[in-house]
Amino acid sequence: MSGRGLGLWAALGHRLSGVALAAFLPLHFLALGLALEGADRFDSFLRFSDLPLVKLAELGLVVFLSLHLLFGLRVLAIELLPWPSADGQRLRLVYAGVAMTAVAAIAFVVSVV
Amino acid sequence: MEAGLLDVRIWRGGDEGAFASYRVPARENQTVLDVVTEVQRCFEPSLAYRFSCRVGVCGSCAMTVNGAPRWTCRTHVKRVADDGALTIEPLRHLPLVKDLVSDVETFFDKWTQVGVFEGTATRAEPPAAVAPTSRERAAADAAIQCINCAVCYAACDVVGWDHDYLGPAALNRAWTLVNDVRVADRHGALERAMGEGGCHSCHSHGACMEHCPVGLSPTASIAGLKRTAFWSLLKGRAA
Repeated sequence: MSGRGLGLWAALGHRLSGVALAAFLPLHFLALGLALEGADRFDSFLRFSDLPLVKLAELGLVVFLSLHLLFGLRVLAIELLPWPSADGQRLRLVYAGVAMTAVAAIAFVVSVV
Repeated sequence: MEAGLLDVRIWRGGDEGAFASYRVPARENQTVLDVVTEVQRCFEPSLAYRFSCRVGVCGSCAMTVNGAPRWTCRTHVKRVADDGALTIEPLRHLPLVKDLVSDVETFFDKWTQVGVFEGTATRAEPPAAVAPTSRERAAADAAIQCINCAVCYAACDVVGWDHDYLGPAALNRAWTLVNDVRVADRHGALERAMGEGGCHSCHSHGACMEHCPVGLSPTASIAGLKRTAFWSLLKGRAA
């Protein structure tokens, strides 16, 4: 990839992963709330979370969380640290974020499936 | 494509205009500006376009070529033609006057909005001694070769969304003022650059840097402004 449009894709990835995480949060609080309401309901929720499709959604969650964290650090590096060179080297930190997210996704699949 | 001929589509008219098609002979060492000139001389005397130096110095011939903003005098047809086809439009993000001519007034207004050079010394005094190797001079030098072609302004996503955004060229200029030790009010230059529509509106997409014909990096300059503004704020100097 020539790097053309890379910054736009990084910004989109950062924002969309943020929206996805925000959409997930109410579900997360629901799960915690169920745990407070009693063991039975929480156990049935845990059985639901063992379904393959739910596992796949959890993989998505790991990917979004990792992307959002690393792309956020990238923005901080772009805006707060001196640039090593004036070319696009700093912007290409996006590749490091994608690579580390891939590692996190593989680790999740290996440990959970 | 017919052998030896380019299929050229050129925007005619104002905002409500349309494309007109021309068959232009393909030549060796032919720039996009050569093609536009040939269309005007041979087919369409009323075609309006803007150019001056033809050698990449004056910055007046920028147009949108096959979807991307470019300096047409230094863009070879061979490098950008899509199987012999060229689509030539006026620069984006600027009001259209006619055909390929955009009104660049807002672009230059924003350029002066970040501040013009006002030094501390008068003409009678000797030139300031500035070490070329100093950190500030190096930062200013990296941003100073702008030819004001507005290619970055047309390429910038944020300018397209927010017409009050100063844009890459003006902020790149602000970065040279902030780093120029001869400027009387460098902090004022920083404050103008971090005000409304200033450096903090930049999303660091890097399109200005990718399209700049002379290889400048307004993205790096704007990142420098953001960084300087941040530390200035922490030190309690900013307004």
